[in-house]
Amino acid sequence: MDFMAVLRVAMRALARNKMRTALTMLGIIIGVGAVICTVAIGEGASNQVQEQIRNLGDNIVFISAGSVTQGGVHMGSQATKTLTVGDAEAIRQQVPLVSKLSPGVGSQVQVVYKNQNWYTRVRGVGPDYMDIRRWPVSEGSLFGQHEVAAASNVCLIGKTVVENTFGDEDPVGKTMRVQNLPFLVIGVLQSKGQSPFGFDEDDTLIMPYTTVQKKISGIDWLNFIMCSAVSNDAIAPAEQQMAALLRERHHLRPDEDDDFIVRSPSDLAQAQAQAGRIMTLLLASIASVSLLVGGIGIMNIMLVSVTERTREIGVRMAVGATEEDVQMQFLSEALVLSLLGGTAGVMLGVAGSMAVSSMLRWPTLIPPEAIGVAVLFSAGVGVFFGYYPARKAAHLDPIEALRYE
Amino acid sequence: MHPSMREELVESKPDTEAAATSAPVIRVENVHKTYDLGEIQVHALRGVSLAIFPGEFVAIMGASGSGKSTFMNLAGCLDRPTRGRYLLEGQDVSQLTKKELAAIRNRRIGFVFQGFNLLPRTSALENVELPLVYSGIPHRQRVERSMEALRTVGLAGRGEHHPAQLSGGQQQRVAIARALVNNPSILLADEPTGNLDSRTSVEIMEIFQRLNEERNLTILLVTHEADIAQYAKRTVTFRDGKVRHDVLIEGRLIAAQVLPTLASVDEDDEADASDGAEAQA
Repeated sequence: MDFMAVLRVAMRALARNKMRTALTMLGIIIGVGAVICTVAIGEGASNQVQEQIRNLGDNIVFISAGSVTQGGVHMGSQATKTLTVGDAEAIRQQVPLVSKLSPGVGSQVQVVYKNQNWYTRVRGVGPDYMDIRRWPVSEGSLFGQHEVAAASNVCLIGKTVVENTFGDEDPVGKTMRVQNLPFLVIGVLQSKGQSPFGFDEDDTLIMPYTTVQKKISGIDWLNFIMCSAVSNDAIAPAEQQMAALLRERHHLRPDEDDDFIVRSPSDLAQAQAQAGRIMTLLLASIASVSLLVGGIGIMNIMLVSVTERTREIGVRMAVGATEEDVQMQFLSEALVLSLLGGTAGVMLGVAGSMAVSSMLRWPTLIPPEAIGVAVLFSAGVGVFFGYYPARKAAHLDPIEALRYE
Repeated sequence: MHPSMREELVESKPDTEAAATSAPVIRVENVHKTYDLGEIQVHALRGVSLAIFPGEFVAIMGASGSGKSTFMNLAGCLDRPTRGRYLLEGQDVSQLTKKELAAIRNRRIGFVFQGFNLLPRTSALENVELPLVYSGIPHRQRVERSMEALRTVGLAGRGEHHPAQLSGGQQQRVAIARALVNNPSILLADEPTGNLDSRTSVEIMEIFQRLNEERNLTILLVTHEADIAQYAKRTVTFRDGKVRHDVLIEGRLIAAQVLPTLASVDEDDEADASDGAEAQA
């Protein structure tokens, strides 16, 4: 029996009971649709996290001053005063896995321009900082080594600060007051939006770390050092080497805790992405349970169909259908059923995820291979659950089948 | 059937000469069939030997449980004997696999059943095509041969009708066309007139006799109606799993001659009568 004839017979048998066929397919349609939807939402979320990781910067390793325990009392983080410019220089020279490095100090400042004022964070950093963070200026320019050496009163200004102080005015070249000192705005930072950890990255000032140390905080130590590792793989060994170097420089005994914290934000984001993936997998596997139920529906209907058509099977066998012919016929019926359902399910899934992203504003992404896998999987469901009924049909005794009422 | 009609009919020639010269289409030798139903064993056939030659038209008779159905199932290669040999056109088919038996049913045997057994909601033409589908004949050839078979049974032009749109007699003729389409060596008819009125039954017998005469087609006809058996050339009667009688029919009925005498009898079945006329044309 040729393939087209098999297919035609299957299509006709399914067309004979349109309502039943549609209801049976519904199980597969909902199953595939649900899987596509959850995968689309999960992929969309994970894609967003990946985007944020890329936004975070260039293989960042972040060393911050640690918390210390003094007389049994834990001080806050960045409470130690042991992290110094000397440490930063030592890392730059002795850890070759680090490609770029910026010392950093942070503080909170009051900013005044004309009659507007704003309270914001200030970061004192080196010239490499913007590069490490992959954070270009949208207008004006960066400061260089010269401004750092001179502890100049220059600053870069974030979008949120611009909106709250300058309003519609172009801030570049203007002078604003920071903690009552006049500062020249040399550039506006490109908007970065929310950080993966939820705060507004644009609500900040950036100036040379020497300026913050000397003119704003009045300290000579650092709050953090931000580095770029040469590659993603170099992050972990770079972390170890820097920790060892700092312990040595800080004369810590082996039983003493670190007085600094080495972190890699991409680790955190990776972990977040991983958690998202696991969630997606979990949801998709729950959704695929409905695909299983749909498969059982196919099996059920195929068994009914075999019983109903016992005489037909007998006739086909009497006129020369082999067991393989009969098995093929019913298997292809189950396959057509599940493939049609799978295709309709993909359409439902695509429509559903489009609805989710337009109504809930969730990012969704349907990987093309997910569609292929969904269709193949539903075909697999059809073959798996159609096999038993088809086998049952093929093993009918033609004499009994012909006599069946 | 009125016994008085018999005198008017021409006697058939017994095929004894043919039987003597040619090899049998069916030769069964001491065939046994035992069904093992767990605790009890049912001996459906207890040593049947029979030879049926090309061009014979044999009526198989017997009460239910006599073994005639079992014999027909074996003859039709739907089942295999427990013991003994079955030679179909000289080939021993008693030990073939299911797949090989399917191929033999497909190419050498045509079945006609009491309940017609047409596929519902499938056109007459496609019903007739069915055996050709399983022998892998290409579509165009299938259609040609099926149309030809429908013409033979007087249903030319009815190919697109579904079984539900056809009378019982027409459905049985579609079934006969399906049995003929692969040019089988034997035609097995199991109570083909059991569901038909007497006039339509004679029409079916007319087709069988015509096929038997014109094509020299060997026909085995199972029936429990003695008057239907009178259209055959030979009667084999089964009882208790054995052949009890095997006789040539004397005073055989010829359907083509019986039919005109029936036209007035069955006035209540106008539709079938007109179909019968068509079949003659």
